[in-house]
Amino acid sequence: MAGSIQDTFFEECEELLEATDEGLSAIEGGNHDPEVVNAVFRAVHSIKGGAGAFGLDELVAFAHRFETVFDEVRSNRMELDEPLIQLLLRSCDHLYNLVAVARDGGETDQAHHDMLIEALDKYIPEEEEDLTFEPMGLGGPIDIGAIDIPQVPTEETYQIHFRPLKDMYSTGNEPFFLFQALQEMGPLDIVLDDSELPGFDSLDPEESYLSWNLTLTTSEPRSTVEAVFEFVEGLCELSIVGAGDADADAAALAALDAAFGTAPVDLTPAAEPTAMVEETATPPFEQPAPVPTPEAQLEASGAKSSAPKAESTKSEQRGPNPTLRVDLERVDRLINAVGELIINHSMLAQQIANLDVADVRDVETELEGFKNLARDIQEGVMSIRAQPVKPLFQRMARIVREASSATSKTCKLVTEGENTEVDKTVIERLADPLTHILRNAVDHGIETPENRESANKNRIGEIRLTASHRSGSVCIEVKDDGAGVNRPRVKQIAIDKGLIPENAELTDSEIDNLLFLPGFSTAKEVSNLSGRGVGMDVVKNAVTGLGGRINITSTPGKGSTFTIILPLTLAVMDGMVVSVADQTMVVPITSIVETMRGNDDMINNLGADGTLLSIRGSFVPICDVAGALGLRKEDNDRPPGVYLLVETETGQRSALAVDDIHDQRQVVIKSLDGVCGEIAGVAAATILGDGKIAMILDPESILAASPTTAGAFDTERRMSNAS
Amino acid sequence: MKTKVLAIDDSRTIRNLLAATLEEAGFEYVSAVDGREGVDMYEDVAPDVVITDINMPNLDGFGVIEELRGTGINSKVPILVLTTESAPEMKARARNAGATGWITKPFDDASLIFALKRVTGAAA
Repeated sequence: MAGSIQDTFFEECEELLEATDEGLSAIEGGNHDPEVVNAVFRAVHSIKGGAGAFGLDELVAFAHRFETVFDEVRSNRMELDEPLIQLLLRSCDHLYNLVAVARDGGETDQAHHDMLIEALDKYIPEEEEDLTFEPMGLGGPIDIGAIDIPQVPTEETYQIHFRPLKDMYSTGNEPFFLFQALQEMGPLDIVLDDSELPGFDSLDPEESYLSWNLTLTTSEPRSTVEAVFEFVEGLCELSIVGAGDADADAAALAALDAAFGTAPVDLTPAAEPTAMVEETATPPFEQPAPVPTPEAQLEASGAKSSAPKAESTKSEQRGPNPTLRVDLERVDRLINAVGELIINHSMLAQQIANLDVADVRDVETELEGFKNLARDIQEGVMSIRAQPVKPLFQRMARIVREASSATSKTCKLVTEGENTEVDKTVIERLADPLTHILRNAVDHGIETPENRESANKNRIGEIRLTASHRSGSVCIEVKDDGAGVNRPRVKQIAIDKGLIPENAELTDSEIDNLLFLPGFSTAKEVSNLSGRGVGMDVVKNAVTGLGGRINITSTPGKGSTFTIILPLTLAVMDGMVVSVADQTMVVPITSIVETMRGNDDMINNLGADGTLLSIRGSFVPICDVAGALGLRKEDNDRPPGVYLLVETETGQRSALAVDDIHDQRQVVIKSLDGVCGEIAGVAAATILGDGKIAMILDPESILAASPTTAGAFDTERRMSNAS
Repeated sequence: MKTKVLAIDDSRTIRNLLAATLEEAGFEYVSAVDGREGVDMYEDVAPDVVITDINMPNLDGFGVIEELRGTGINSKVPILVLTTESAPEMKARARNAGATGWITKPFDDASLIFALKRVTGAAA
């Protein structure tokens, strides 16, 4: 139980940290709305409260400092200037680390921790530096646990005089419940003193007349007896007199004094046989009622007390719709089931088509309904897994901050499309590649402030992180306004490393894409930031592993843009069912621009084995899919072609030649990982309605594998220029 | 009859901890995620005791106490404040508004139950 509550705490921490991050970013962006400031305060406050419950002292102490500084801001005692905002942002980052360490174990960077604490402490007014928690009690602090009372095993008898003031009755405190609590400690003798009760005529119903004399015999320490009256301190006259427990009393008093920081009272046990605690008279317990202008305090602390104000924020602040937390595994089971349902539908459709029945129209109508429902269910299930990229983007803001300070550059991250929803797995697996790209952008892309200035740019580099939906896929773009790819150097490095031949003629875009080659790293020396021995090829692998693509465009002096295109879901997609050399295959609809049946007039030969398809005055290279996959000997007997015009994300068009087109339908993606490894040109497999397995093609890698199209866009350009 | 506790706290962690502690100790437990919700549901829930946080969105703990003790609802049940705050002026403000007691987070189960018993006389 405790474990799961702690899990919830860490989950909640993530959300609270995100809220903090978001709030601070808004503040950094100039939004000093009190609600934003309050939200940050509350989030950190909640982290502290939860962390305290689990004894996460380091986290509590740090969160408390953060909160204390922020409270100064919140109550307008301190101005939010740029250095403070930066400090708070870094502190928020550190909170992430502390939470992660508390959850996963490991070490925090102690030097960094101390540095931040020191920096935060500079903002904390001296009297607020007491970071210990005070114990229970409305009146003043008595810590039952912390005060070390020597154990008194013997029973003591206490004479307790208790006279409630009338205020006590307005706070929901009830004398009899107190007596009941006392009674649990030992035999209790209760004597009501009603001598002050006036005659009936002069009785004021609001006034308090009764008092009690109690005699309690208990083995509990005095502090426990006192604790019973904790909530009514200042609301009653109270004296507790122990018989013969002078030693314990003295110790308790000394401890209380120590706890209150009041001057120690020298109580010699021998001199005072019965020590007396007159609680109403002891300064720390003084009646707290006359508080200097509570209203002013209220205003100053920014707390809202008026109901109308609360009302006005009610509707917008009630939060999003109620949510339900579900195990991811359950959702995945559902997704699998939906996948099977879709396959089942295709099989059913196939069977019906094969039936020898004259009129199947009614069945087909129903089947169509079935199909639509299946699609609804599938979309519904997918939307459960879909999450906005916002948390991911917020994490990236942190990466950029860390990277900037590590490289002494100044950069800011601008995010767009944070509410774009992407499959949860995609978000999780995107974190590492994105981190790498952003570190790269800061490390290699953005110039030093001095260089930027001399290039007439803003000293602060800008990295723009955008997410958007683009016709069935998700597009994530990282755009920096740095120096762009240093093409001569990139090319030279590639030649030096033997990645390309020395005399290679490459287009600018091809040079840029060299960055993704395995074993390529442009950093002259491995920098401690983006170095780490991993290159952009790892990024590319991660993205293609998600069924996505990545590419880079760059303009010297203006910056570079990395574009990542990802499928919306990982489980189902729309595909075009085609046949290639007697095999049935599926091409993702998202990559197909247009389909056409070609005739000989449209085909132009180029060189020895190149062919071009002429479409409305422009030429695109043809790639024979069967040839590229090695299913047919080159050009033996090309069938009357059907062409799928596909466009890669760099905008290059090619025509995939296939034998025929059969159908367009939803297919369930079945990964080939662990079945037969990676096959060039094949992305995954699926099961068709007739129960057969069909390969899902990856047009991009087919084009790359085919000799006729590998370097073809160059040709294409030449030809279109010629035409 | 179990003693019914209405706990108002915006932290899910604290609500979970309270739920576990209180239900184990034999209390009936109902929770609200902020002050406004707590006040709104008060009359339907009709709790025997209210536990409220101070720092909350929409309506803070002081607001909760003021509204519950106000003439509209005119609640007489004990209201315990459960918060990390411990400043004397905060406590004074809560008491003036009509709070019964103040428990400082982090709370330990025994103190919380002890406090609840003292203000409700619960046998639980």
